[in-house]
Amino acid sequence: MTTSTAVRQRTPAGYDDLPRLMGLMTGDEKHGPAATSTLDALWVLYDRVLRVTPGTAEAPDRDRFLLSKGHGPMAYYAVLAAKGFLPADWLPGFGAYDSPLGHHPDRTLLPGVEIGSGSLGHGLPLAVGTALGLRARGLSEPRVWVLVGDAELDEGSNHEALAYAGATGLDSLHTLVIDNASASHALPGGIAARFEAAGWSTATVDGRDHEALYAAFTAPHPGRARAVVARVEPAYA
Amino acid sequence: MDTMRERFASVTSRLLDEDPRLAVVLAEIGTDGFAEAARRHPDRVINVGIREQLLVGVGGGLALAGMRPVLHTFASFLVERPFEQVKLDLGHQDAGAVLVSAYGSYDWPAGGYTHMAPGDIALLDTLDGWTVHVPGHPDEAATLLRHAVAAGDDKVYVRLSQQANAAGRPVDGAGFLTVREGRAGVVVAVGPLLDDVLAATEGLDVTVLYATTVRPFDTAALRAAVGPGPADVVLVEPYLAGTSTAYANDALADVPHRVLGLGTARGELRRYGTVPEHLRAHGLDPASLRERIAAFTGPRDGARAAA
Repeated sequence: MTTSTAVRQRTPAGYDDLPRLMGLMTGDEKHGPAATSTLDALWVLYDRVLRVTPGTAEAPDRDRFLLSKGHGPMAYYAVLAAKGFLPADWLPGFGAYDSPLGHHPDRTLLPGVEIGSGSLGHGLPLAVGTALGLRARGLSEPRVWVLVGDAELDEGSNHEALAYAGATGLDSLHTLVIDNASASHALPGGIAARFEAAGWSTATVDGRDHEALYAAFTAPHPGRARAVVARVEPAYA
Repeated sequence: MDTMRERFASVTSRLLDEDPRLAVVLAEIGTDGFAEAARRHPDRVINVGIREQLLVGVGGGLALAGMRPVLHTFASFLVERPFEQVKLDLGHQDAGAVLVSAYGSYDWPAGGYTHMAPGDIALLDTLDGWTVHVPGHPDEAATLLRHAVAAGDDKVYVRLSQQANAAGRPVDGAGFLTVREGRAGVVVAVGPLLDDVLAATEGLDVTVLYATTVRPFDTAALRAAVGPGPADVVLVEPYLAGTSTAYANDALADVPHRVLGLGTARGELRRYGTVPEHLRAHGLDPASLRERIAAFTGPRDGARAAA
């Protein structure tokens, strides 16, 4: 593994560093935010919302972030590196045999990564179980966040989780839907309508607008699970 | 006598009182048995409705949050329908759980094939690190459930059955028990098939090993029973015939041997009826077993006949 020579990045980086960090994986130094649908929502979460740091990545009362949409995790890795969870010098190894950074993340190889993902439709059910487990342990402070894609919501397992969490008012659970209009057969009435029908609190915002994302992420939703739909550029426009 | 399923509810309800880390997840099936426990532990007895993918996903999430989840429904819906959840939400996450199934291969024949899962153990055999218990009596089910819950964060499958032997045996959650000793062959009887195997081998000169923990496979017990060989080994399993044949072969890689795997047939019967009728159809009733075991282990041309 490249960790033997790794030097941990000591100073957390900022939003402006993300294109450079992503460039370490893709080789494209000009990697702009628009190229990655999840980048801004991830940044606002890690920068201003999630109560977790590299020092508390194993703490029982940390907030949990579960990346369900494990495809194209470069933005995720870049944000984790910027926040000091991963050394930046792991990034150039992306996808290599001796690198812990795969094209889909593996929780057992990466500090701060809560689930291994890649197969779609697993994160939301796992997040429901995590929220239930934290409640059963009497940990009422931690919030659970899960990021899914709009097309990923087609998976039946997500509908099972969505219906259950809505009906039971699992208010520590937060689903962030990155909507780049990639579903072949979109939900009638839009994504938020599906969550609302199941009893969730919802908001739909511009997925590039950091203030709008922050407001949606932090709005109170007593007694209801929360879904934030972040709209970004269509995937195949 | 209560059934294994009833014992599961009573034992696990008690364990919920004792162990604050324990949680039970159900998908409608089995909720009656946990009604009182759910009142006492509303956050740790969870019914997700008829949602079996969520059942297993929630189990994975509970484990990630530091709990010890017990997941229960019929084997078809616990292992087969959400198999990728079993593979990824538990195995790939490095998260543990206790899966407790009912009905298995032929426990509710009148219910038909939709409620049968003769391939559950073979499916789990494609995954790494699963302990599999197949109790043959409600007392053994209680013991093995306690072992399963106490097994740290291990992945454990407990296969409960409607069929049971007349008496429980002192199972330890690890190895096979030697029930009878003989020289003409070794018969491994799994869980609820022990009584039928003992009846079938009455008067035959064979060793009978009783297996209630089938994974990991007790290689040492089989090797000890076989000795230096050559050996004839018969496996009698209440699920797909041959499920454990590879394990027996691996255990005896350096011993001359033959293995006969008996169990349920792969072909779909498309019959309803009763458990005894299905056991007969699969050749797992005492008369069929005796015929097949005697033919395999009995005298024949060659070295054994000469000896």
